[in-house]
Amino acid sequence: MKLTGAQIFVESLIKEKVEIMFGIPGGVLLPTFDVLYGAPIKFILTRHEQGAAHMADGYARATGKVGVCIATSGPGATNLTTGLATANMDSVPVVAFTGQVATHLVGNDAFQEADTTGVTRSITKYNYLVKDVREIASTIKEAFHIARTGRPGPVLIDFPVDVQRASCEFVYHKYHKEVEIRSYKPKYKGHPQQIKKAIDLIKQSERAVIYAGGGVIISGAAGELREMAKTTQIPVTLTLMGMGAFPQDSELFLGMLGMHGTYFANHAIQNSDLIIAIGARFDDRITARLDAFAPKAKIIHIDIDPTSISKNVKVDVPIVGDAKNVMREMNKLLNKLGSKNMEKRKKWQKQISQWKKENPLTYKKDGKLRPQYVVEKIYEVTKGKAIIATEVGQNQMWAQQFYKYNYPRHFITSGGLGTMGYGFPAAIGAKLGKPEKVVFDIAGDGSFQMNIQEMATAVNNKVGVKIAILNNGYLGMVRQWQQLFYKKRYSATDLTANPDFVKIAEAYGALGIRVSEKGEVEGALRKAISVDGPVILDFLVEREENVFPMVPAGARLDEVIRGLA
Amino acid sequence: MRHTISVLVENKPGVLARISSLFSARGFNIDSLAVGETEQHDVSRMTIIVKGDEKILEQVMKQLNKLIDIIKVIDFVGQPHLERDLVLIKVNAGKGKRSEVLEIVDIFRAKIVDVASNSVIVEMTGDEEKILALVNMLKPYGIKEIVRTGIVAMGRG
Repeated sequence: MKLTGAQIFVESLIKEKVEIMFGIPGGVLLPTFDVLYGAPIKFILTRHEQGAAHMADGYARATGKVGVCIATSGPGATNLTTGLATANMDSVPVVAFTGQVATHLVGNDAFQEADTTGVTRSITKYNYLVKDVREIASTIKEAFHIARTGRPGPVLIDFPVDVQRASCEFVYHKYHKEVEIRSYKPKYKGHPQQIKKAIDLIKQSERAVIYAGGGVIISGAAGELREMAKTTQIPVTLTLMGMGAFPQDSELFLGMLGMHGTYFANHAIQNSDLIIAIGARFDDRITARLDAFAPKAKIIHIDIDPTSISKNVKVDVPIVGDAKNVMREMNKLLNKLGSKNMEKRKKWQKQISQWKKENPLTYKKDGKLRPQYVVEKIYEVTKGKAIIATEVGQNQMWAQQFYKYNYPRHFITSGGLGTMGYGFPAAIGAKLGKPEKVVFDIAGDGSFQMNIQEMATAVNNKVGVKIAILNNGYLGMVRQWQQLFYKKRYSATDLTANPDFVKIAEAYGALGIRVSEKGEVEGALRKAISVDGPVILDFLVEREENVFPMVPAGARLDEVIRGLA
Repeated sequence: MRHTISVLVENKPGVLARISSLFSARGFNIDSLAVGETEQHDVSRMTIIVKGDEKILEQVMKQLNKLIDIIKVIDFVGQPHLERDLVLIKVNAGKGKRSEVLEIVDIFRAKIVDVASNSVIVEMTGDEEKILALVNMLKPYGIKEIVRTGIVAMGRG
């Protein structure tokens, strides 16, 4: 059967089981949007392409499926880029489509033309410019394969308008053949010899720590991680991206490590004799001063991406493979070690509980409305079962510290790129993927305004996300650094000219609730959850509250500022 | 340290940009780059000469391997291999000096491929060292232009 490029595009998406896509049309996408009209794919019209990219990303993180977004050529494509870079840094499977000017105009500075594949080359896992209608189906198939396999990431397909209009034969059954790319063969199984070496190191260790990241969540290995910790009695610290990979009420849980990690996680790392890194990449927010990181520790590093291994920290036993596969193999061997291997870690556990007792994660509990209290209340009211998206900055750190994440894919945050404006659209994407879930965006007043226009998208599609603005009238994290390291010179961080967020909610046709007293928090949260549509909760919190503990930039991981005197 | 890196890649648009940006993003200067088709028309080989910090280079090699269009990466350091570069040198060779230039060309087993009234173009193939030697010998006569293809390398045996 002969189909146009646009029809092949839509048929291919249906074959990939795409249920929903996010985006905005434009001149060069008209043929495609004409086919999408009436197609069995839910289309969410966003108000900015950045919103579309983050929604696809949030949908992917919450569901584990590939998120799909689409934007027109030129400005549509460049508006997508922040979303693509965000997904790229956090290994999120997204397939983005961009319209392109007709092939004979490409490179001519045509109206709404940008070199999209050139611009996005370094912020995608891979990208394509499709110049022949006969290549559309195979390109889409490949793109989904690349996006979801190995270390996942965003893939972009640039799609000229004349290719959408051209037609060729499309045979459905052919679409299902396996993708075979000779130069792309991710390694899923760990090398048995390396695994054996790792087990030997674990056997010899007395003060081991497991340091696990987003890779554990991506590979669905939370169960394997729990088993490994249980059979070895080795404590576990998680990265921001790893939140939810390990139950937080466990005795063995250390909380997050790094710049705003717990005192005890950072001290455990610095004093350990073995670090078992799983699906994490030793970035600068984790290691603090690199040359003083974990000086006594040997390091085992399990990662599917060989370029993550020995990039920042020299690794003793590298294991390239999928976290789930490798841990399953390791657990088989660890199970045989028996209780003697657990016994010798008693002393180390005692030391850690001592640190925990002396330096718990806490904040000043008085009559004032503090942001940490709001986050704790969200945890209580949702019984820890909500999906929490965050913006970036103080709100993000408090959301991590004071909500307990016990399930994978329940904490959605821009860890690598640190994209302000991410949380709200990501929450919309997550809620559309998991409609049965309560979904919160824990936001700052600064971040929320970076994609506030998506209120229209949320209202229009009845997406009941709850936006909890921890409103301190500042770009809070930058202000905190200015307070601590720049003599309180609050240069360009004051946001007191903020709009009235309750009125903003109302103007969009949503509910807005302002909370300025501690006693009103719980009631407001319950009210917000009971409402079907989106709700903005404007919490007027203590303006100069800081995120502690904190390891200043350039300091050693255990040089922790615990609070201000 | 100088590295001769040979990369087998898919012969399609954008591949060179992906590779060169890996180097430039880490502040590496590519000293020499040669690209050509292999025995398979859909596979090209790039030979890249770089110098730089070993640790960063190890990372670049891994990143190269990770690129989806790259089929194979070989670093020839410490491996028996041949390197060849082709150079064209336009050198002054007026009446009085022409025979001297010809003599040097002869000794290097190079070739004269073009003659004009005041200059000749010399063609030679060789490794880095031999080319430098020839260039040094011809310098006193006045070199007007040098064009090189870039180094290509092949493992022995």
